[in-house]
Amino acid sequence: MSFVLVQVIVGGLLLGAVYALFSSGLTLVWGMMNIVNFAHGDFVMLGMYVAYVVYTLMGGGPIVGAPLAVLVLATLGVVVYFGLIRDIMKGPMLAQILGTFGLALLLRYSVFWWFGADFKSLPQNIVGGTYAVAGLRLEASRLLAGVVALLVTLGLHLLLTRTSLGSKMLAVAEDATAAQLMGIRPDTMQAIAWAIAAGATGLAGALIANFFYIVPTVGETLGIVAFVTVSLGGFGSVPGALVAGLLIGVIESLSGYLIGAVYKDIVVYILFLFFLWFRPQGLMGKM
Amino acid sequence: MTFKLATRLLCAAAMSIVLAGGAQAEDKVVKIGVILPMSGSTASIGAHAKAALEVATDIINNAHPELDKLPLAKNAGLAGLGGAKVEIVIADNQGSPATGQNQALRLITEEKVVAILGAYQSGITLTSSAIAEKYGIPYLTPESVAANLTERGFKWFFRTTPIAPDFVRIYDEFLTDMKAAGAKTDTIALVHDNTEYGASVANTIATGFKAKGRTGVIDVAYAVNATDVQAQVLQLKEKKPDVVLMISYTSDAILFAKTMQSLDYKPPMLLADDAGYSDPSFIKAVGKLSQGVFNRSSWAVGPAGSPSAVIADMYKKKSGEEMEDTVGREMQGFFVLVDAIDRAGSTDPAKIQAALKATDIKPEQLIMGYKGVKFDEKGQNVLASAYIIQLQDGENYVSVWPKGNAEKAPVMSYKGW
Repeated sequence: MSFVLVQVIVGGLLLGAVYALFSSGLTLVWGMMNIVNFAHGDFVMLGMYVAYVVYTLMGGGPIVGAPLAVLVLATLGVVVYFGLIRDIMKGPMLAQILGTFGLALLLRYSVFWWFGADFKSLPQNIVGGTYAVAGLRLEASRLLAGVVALLVTLGLHLLLTRTSLGSKMLAVAEDATAAQLMGIRPDTMQAIAWAIAAGATGLAGALIANFFYIVPTVGETLGIVAFVTVSLGGFGSVPGALVAGLLIGVIESLSGYLIGAVYKDIVVYILFLFFLWFRPQGLMGKM
Repeated sequence: MTFKLATRLLCAAAMSIVLAGGAQAEDKVVKIGVILPMSGSTASIGAHAKAALEVATDIINNAHPELDKLPLAKNAGLAGLGGAKVEIVIADNQGSPATGQNQALRLITEEKVVAILGAYQSGITLTSSAIAEKYGIPYLTPESVAANLTERGFKWFFRTTPIAPDFVRIYDEFLTDMKAAGAKTDTIALVHDNTEYGASVANTIATGFKAKGRTGVIDVAYAVNATDVQAQVLQLKEKKPDVVLMISYTSDAILFAKTMQSLDYKPPMLLADDAGYSDPSFIKAVGKLSQGVFNRSSWAVGPAGSPSAVIADMYKKKSGEEMEDTVGREMQGFFVLVDAIDRAGSTDPAKIQAALKATDIKPEQLIMGYKGVKFDEKGQNVLASAYIIQLQDGENYVSVWPKGNAEKAPVMSYKGW
């Protein structure tokens, strides 16, 4: 195996970890309440702008920016839940799609109006440069995002499977009425789920901002990847999103390098469709 | 059903208002439709172009004796139409060819514009100009460069910008000069996206270079608005071309610059085909990682007091940005179009079309570095030309080629960061 190929695969894994990181929030919201959040990509975008504002106003890097993005987005998640989601959940599927899509446009063009359409960027190497390990080039900002992706996935998985809060959330997801009879408030649980999901998405945005450009429409570019990752991993499965993210990252990088970048999306989507043909619930989803 | 009816009534009402208003205002205001990306991923360009057109409208509508070399500047309004003022109606193409087409239709049928300027992205100019052709309304594109736009036998389509075959000539001469000065230019990688602009320009350059005996051309294509370009940068790193020619919009241009730094790849020479590399937000975001990149431009700030220097000042006051090639070409195209309307002395589309065909503007009457403006039977400006500029300090481009127009000597090896 040629040396460049190793770099391609390592790059793909790190890319995939980032995909997983910004997909975990989407899969959680789906798993909890069967809602597809079309504003998901724009939550990532908001996280990026929080990091940008923190940098321009205070000169702070991700150590300040990332926790603040979690806080801002988690708050927004709760507001969105009580202001919009709680009502449209009762409506038909179409209302959910249009509701979250409208939210996406509202967020996108509010940022557009406030910050303008110009591309922004954090200074290169805001997170400690690039390491050369045995000839491989590893960017610190991508490594950080990759490590956080693993931690977030693990954390969310443990939260859902090992804690009483997680059990309560799953109980609501399974049968809200029965859960209510057991003394669990579905509203509270779902608001918490939205806070966690939006917070994780904000975190993803703040970390991606360290190596990506920032622009109001960036959510369009990243949102699609999140949807593919989540449906491949299985809607509602947090570990599934991680595996799917890594898989897509590596396939994209390999096909981009070996066949050509224009074809990498074709390869990814053909494999994706082929896979869903045999396993429509995704890698780790339940039927 | 009731919704449909209401929409129809509203449409009818809107139309009658427009029609009634149009008749009164006709002799005082000349409406020109402008299609630009005001939202979507190239919206930064649209915002800058809008500011440039507002400056141009100010120059036309008010007396600017300091710019008396430019047609239309000296007196207020259009002399040929009894001092009529020009009004621009901006329509957002949202980065989508279908939307651009609808906007062209709306501008013509509802806004009653006498001519259209547009639409930045070649793919959108392609669809929106087809509507203008159908309705017999003059359409001028100041900046879309895909070669096929002027190959459709259109009668109402005009283009002032230099296009891909001009780029082939410019790049070929530039590379020949650089080789004479000691640079290696044998293998050239064309890195481009898969849009109308990226694909067609890359194709024309590849064919043109081959015809000129440049055989070492490598094609590196990618999908526009990429999430990641590590694989392409590694490809380049492995193939080691002497020259990397970037044909990219802003988003991908920024991503390439960042990825090249993180993977430590510096081509011996990096040459950009305008577009994203001319966007001021590219320079702000990653200019310091792209020191020494060459770029194509028809814009150069002349000596103090020259029309281009005066206009650069006005533009900076309006937008807060430095004037650059894309908005300069936008403004120049607008001046050419309005000059034709002025000479036509009428808002009759056929007369404007005839005036456009008779256009013969001299270099000293221009703000851009064209050798003049004169359209061939396809509507292409045969005197369009460009310089090569270089981002030597990572902050401001300086013109470096051809020698007669150079502010500084070109710095040969690409510095990067």
